[in-house]
Amino acid sequence: MARGTVQIVVERCKACGFCVEFCPTKVLELSSAFNSKGYHPPHAVNPDKCSGCDLCGMFCPDFAIYGFRMKEAKAEAAKPEDENSAPEEASSAS
Amino acid sequence: MSTDLIHPGNPVEPFLRTDRMPHIWCPGCGIGTTVNCFSRALIESCMNVNDMAIVSGIGCTGRVAGYVNLDSFHTTHGRAIPFATGLKLANPKRQVVVYSGDGDLFAIGGNHLIHAARRNIDLKVICVNNLIYAMTGGQTGPATPGDVITSTAPYGTFDPAFNLPYLTEAAGAVYVARWTTFHVRQITKTMQEMFSKKGFCFLEIVSPCPTLYQRRNKMGDGLDTMKYYKAMSKVKHGANTKDVPLSRQGEIIVGKFVDIERPNYMELMRNKLHDSLGEQYVETDELTCEEATSCSDCS
Repeated sequence: MARGTVQIVVERCKACGFCVEFCPTKVLELSSAFNSKGYHPPHAVNPDKCSGCDLCGMFCPDFAIYGFRMKEAKAEAAKPEDENSAPEEASSAS
Repeated sequence: MSTDLIHPGNPVEPFLRTDRMPHIWCPGCGIGTTVNCFSRALIESCMNVNDMAIVSGIGCTGRVAGYVNLDSFHTTHGRAIPFATGLKLANPKRQVVVYSGDGDLFAIGGNHLIHAARRNIDLKVICVNNLIYAMTGGQTGPATPGDVITSTAPYGTFDPAFNLPYLTEAAGAVYVARWTTFHVRQITKTMQEMFSKKGFCFLEIVSPCPTLYQRRNKMGDGLDTMKYYKAMSKVKHGANTKDVPLSRQGEIIVGKFVDIERPNYMELMRNKLHDSLGEQYVETDELTCEEATSCSDCS
């Protein structure tokens, strides 16, 4: 189960590939889709492996990606209605 | 479901002028990474950002002043340090950071830098060294290593390059460090140390320039350079700065080289005036910076 997730601001990305190369758990990959400037932004191919270490966010020169741990979010979401929270989290991580 | 907890937002965005994004730096350029590290150093240190000012000169790195959401000044070519010196002397409460490139600080602004270091003015100088004058088309700069093709040296440079840590240490800096853009956590930690250190601090960050340096020399793109940094960097804290010159494809010695104590310019000035004038010398509130430097959030 993923301990963290990444958020990607697709339009800011310039496809330098730093996040893909230096992700310790190899979560990311450059996608074949284009953004409006013509670059291929990364997408999460192994979202389950993400630890939320935010190393991708530290390397990103374009401030286009950041990672965060989901521990608090999961605990918070699981308390009131644990049935509904799981699929929503899964969709947000992908 | 609370969306705020799931999407906390990019932590560095409060420190950026996001209305000016995307920035002008090329894909694979490391300057954005250094700004990222700088923002994270601000988050992790207990700095009051309202008491901080960034001064930049001209060039690719000079654009940093326009992208950070702090008090920032984009000054004329090479004059970042004299501007910052004036800013610091006029308001010693300010934490003044000079953020500029190797060409701006060491070629056109070379004299200003060595004299600021000699006087030990309380400035934090961050030099992003991409080894070339990038914004003007890739001319040979003061830090360009030998045997590199540039637009002004089509057969390869032959002028000896500056060894920036050696120069700043010799001029009198109390804190000298070097990292590459691969060492993001170390850069963040070094910046935090600089913010809490009094005196002239100098950090050199070796950064890729894929458009004008790597391309002409067939050295790949920014990612290839980052891999080269990863493979060839060697951490040597306390190394003699004489032994850390940069070469075209050789080893890069990184680390904290100098961390000494020396009275800074304001202390020297106060002591001298006290000795000469005795009781007649009375400091105004603006000149008393002891209480201002201790962070109110920490106490």
